[in-house]
Amino acid sequence: MMAQATTAHVLKGGRVVDPRAGRDGHFDIRIENGLVAAIGKNLPLDEARVVDVPADFVITPGLIDMHVHLREPGQEHKETIATGTWSAVVGGFTGVACMPNTDPVNDSASVTQFILKRAADAGFARVYPIGAVSLGSMGDQMTEMGDLRAAGCVAFTDDGKPVATALLMRRALEYAGMFDVPIIEHCEDPSLKGDGVAHEGAVAALLGLRGIPGVAESIMAERDISLAELTGGRIHVAHMSARQTMRAVRDGKSRGVRVTCEVAPHHFTLTDEALREGAGYNTNLKMNPPLREEADRLAMIEGLRDGSVDIISTDHAPHHADEKALEFDRAPFGIVGLETCVPLCLDRLVHAGVISLSRFVELLSSNPASLLKILGGTISVGAPADLTVLAPDAPVTIRTATLVSKSKNSPFDGWSLRGATAATIVGGRVLYANPAVTDAARFVIT
Amino acid sequence: MTVATRLRSRHLLGIADLDPGEIELILDTAVAMKEIGTRTIKKVPALRGRTVVNLFFEASTRTRLSFELAEKRLSADTMGITTAGSSVTKGETLADTARTLEAMSPDLIVIRHAASGSPHLLSTICKAGIVNAGDGTHEHPTQALLDALTMRERKGRLAGLKVAIVGDLLHSRVLRSNVLLLTRMGAEVRACGPATLIPLGLKALGVHVTTSIDEAVKDADVVMMLRVQHERMYGLFLPSLREYFNLFGLTPARLAHAASDVIVMHPGPMNRGVEIDSAVADGPWSVILDQVANGVAVRMAVLYLLAGEELT
Repeated sequence: MMAQATTAHVLKGGRVVDPRAGRDGHFDIRIENGLVAAIGKNLPLDEARVVDVPADFVITPGLIDMHVHLREPGQEHKETIATGTWSAVVGGFTGVACMPNTDPVNDSASVTQFILKRAADAGFARVYPIGAVSLGSMGDQMTEMGDLRAAGCVAFTDDGKPVATALLMRRALEYAGMFDVPIIEHCEDPSLKGDGVAHEGAVAALLGLRGIPGVAESIMAERDISLAELTGGRIHVAHMSARQTMRAVRDGKSRGVRVTCEVAPHHFTLTDEALREGAGYNTNLKMNPPLREEADRLAMIEGLRDGSVDIISTDHAPHHADEKALEFDRAPFGIVGLETCVPLCLDRLVHAGVISLSRFVELLSSNPASLLKILGGTISVGAPADLTVLAPDAPVTIRTATLVSKSKNSPFDGWSLRGATAATIVGGRVLYANPAVTDAARFVIT
Repeated sequence: MTVATRLRSRHLLGIADLDPGEIELILDTAVAMKEIGTRTIKKVPALRGRTVVNLFFEASTRTRLSFELAEKRLSADTMGITTAGSSVTKGETLADTARTLEAMSPDLIVIRHAASGSPHLLSTICKAGIVNAGDGTHEHPTQALLDALTMRERKGRLAGLKVAIVGDLLHSRVLRSNVLLLTRMGAEVRACGPATLIPLGLKALGVHVTTSIDEAVKDADVVMMLRVQHERMYGLFLPSLREYFNLFGLTPARLAHAASDVIVMHPGPMNRGVEIDSAVADGPWSVILDQVANGVAVRMAVLYLLAGEELT
């Protein structure tokens, strides 16, 4: 188990943003035995060690990334549970939900238990395993969801591919509904995707890359939303990228379907135009779903602004440099995202005036916690002290070489942004204080 | 148009990187190179002591032979690598193959590869100049240049020419390079093919797109037919080649609506009876064999301009 701090600490005077608790202002937070002991103005300091939080720092409930590929078991050359959860902590995340497309697939309680054991041994971010919908994610036979749920799975998905048939999706929604957990869907019509490698549009046409149309995503989302409506189950649309999908999700929500959706930072910061930059064909711009065109990017921004998008998740997908150093057609899909998410969201959404800090916390903490019914999402007395400290104005220049993830496959190398993670606190322990942020060292309290 | 005296890049990755002046320069240089092919001794020392590697990862007869002949006529030392005889079949990556070749200090690497962007990948690894001899469904710049040379020879100009390009537009690198070159040089391009084989975004390149071959061919100065591959039926692109010929095949009757001095081109290899009627392919309009001859001249010009630059 994670060692817990035994002395009391008071984080004094930071701006606390916790929309679920209705809190946005300067408060003190007292941490004792790893738990939040008190929160309020001018808390008594008695014996506690005090961290004077710089006034421009923001303390939020610990950020949660509900779409991460930790790659272990089976692909430890890309990432391990230890390196992935450390990357999460450095990125400001206190918890991650990990996708089941490992080798073997997380389709049995023994794999789930292995993941949780490795996560506990590492002692970094909390890990919430997501189980497979079907055995081996092959689309034939449903997994023992009751057993997986009991072992700790918080949702089910065949991510990497869509749930193979409408019938299986229907049954999964019905069956998972018994445990009140969502089905997370990688929305993609396989026949429309074909062997596509980039968004189907003007850029792919010019570069001679086989296209994946936006409707490959929305058609599958529409199927699943209809099935969620039929069954009353909960469907969550993963890594939404196409404007047509945004429309489908909005329609579903407006008629009361239990549908939610997430967007990854690369889909609201980049478009397929980036594929033409430099020598072109940068394989760190290859992911699935692909970078789409400006109208799609703007639709994601609009959804984030108006509340239609529920969650921001990274789809952290580490790949070894050797695997990415191939022809564009042959390189695997995916980019790492844990360590670039906070600066991208603060700079491109909060500072750009798209969303407030409060909405930022909803998208990255409260909403994923609610959706998965897991710890956190708010700062409450008696609960483990999982906190993220942000330095919203700190300048950041992303250097992929310095990422702590085992893989460096990010297209954001060299990007200068405003807004950083200052510190990450899990169970009352300060696991990370960002050496590049002035005064973040104040959080090092041992 | 500014007169170019050299190419700005040390690579030829695609027509997309060339400006009109550079295109003219290559074509003018090709005219001079063509004269060499008429001599008894068809060889000049322009690339003597230079090493050119021909890296062909995809089956090719005419392009590979054309490059080899061009290199030999310029006195370059050449090596040819095809996938069957290389480490690629042993699992070596393209990047490692490139690094291995790089260690042998070639001056130019000519690459044909099934994946779009492969020459671009090489250009980030190698010091050698990279010549794209066809990458996936992206570009085939020397083909477009030899087509342009052929049109210019026959018509005396490129600007204002009405050029119909008919066939599988989606999978054709010849189309992309030709569209980029011809629109850049002021020609009017009509692209025609079945709706299933028209890429999104083609119109944005300044091309008139149609599914009617009669509309495309009407008053055309040049009709360029693209190859339609048999396997396209399996991707649900076409119901049958028979139907393709009925709707899109170039016949003498259809050609009658073109300009009276129309020329017919084809990058080869042809599928007679699929995209082109033999009566057209072998008829008086056909300049298909001129294209082959011009291919050698254009490739000599490109190789010379890229690697012969520092010669004194």
